[in-house]
Amino acid sequence: MTAPLRLYVRRSETPEPDSDARRVQISLRVPTDLDVVEETVDLVARHCLACGVPPRAARFIVRVVLCETLANAIVHGNQMDPSKRVEVRVEVGSSEVSLHVRDEGNGFNPGLIPDPTEPDRIDLTQGRGLFLIRQLVDEVHFNERGNAICMIMRRE
Amino acid sequence: MSFTVRKDDATGVVHVRIDGQLIVGNRHDLKKKVLDAMDEGERKIVIDFTETGYIDSSGLGVLVSLSKKIREVGGDLRLAGLNDDLRTLFELTKLDTLFTIMGSAEEAAGSF
Repeated sequence: MTAPLRLYVRRSETPEPDSDARRVQISLRVPTDLDVVEETVDLVARHCLACGVPPRAARFIVRVVLCETLANAIVHGNQMDPSKRVEVRVEVGSSEVSLHVRDEGNGFNPGLIPDPTEPDRIDLTQGRGLFLIRQLVDEVHFNERGNAICMIMRRE
Repeated sequence: MSFTVRKDDATGVVHVRIDGQLIVGNRHDLKKKVLDAMDEGERKIVIDFTETGYIDSSGLGVLVSLSKKIREVGGDLRLAGLNDDLRTLFELTKLDTLFTIMGSAEEAAGSF
């Protein structure tokens, strides 16, 4: 039986500078449990849809990239340690959507991840997550430690 | 999400339909269903994505693994029913060069 989902969700709105628009933010504290990934992803996607993010971006891109980052944070970052959490922060503004994910692990060097489309790697069963994220969003940033990622999608 | 496995006795093709997502939380379930079918002697497998929402990289990885295992025993795997978004994932990762991707499950079943 799957453990009940325990998400801590906080929602806030702030005015955007030089504009009448408001920036909506939700924060989630996600347990280190792969069974909660799908529900967390769905919650964020619904939030983005409700904030006017175009359906394809909300239903597909947000879902895929958040699924990837949560899985990496839970498996590689927190190493499945149930005492640790993953922090997710989503900001929907008038010009962009930013997704921030931070785990409690030691971090990694994203520059060391090889290109999974190279001929000698194409039939490997893993190593495509970060590559997919970079392909699907407009900007990807990491903190210096390598345990927090920021993904930015521009709203056209 | 769920996986439905159905064999077409006329063609000998096993159809596996993915309803929902193929992601880190359920990829092992798909792998087990296909491996169970292979253990029963099935060698022609179609995975139907018509009702699939999204796939993550671990889902893609399971498909790569299954494709290898099926080929090792002389069988073949076909993918079908991918919408534009899902097809994009295969194109971005160049996995469209590794798999045989057909439009519909019926088309895939007829291509063995």
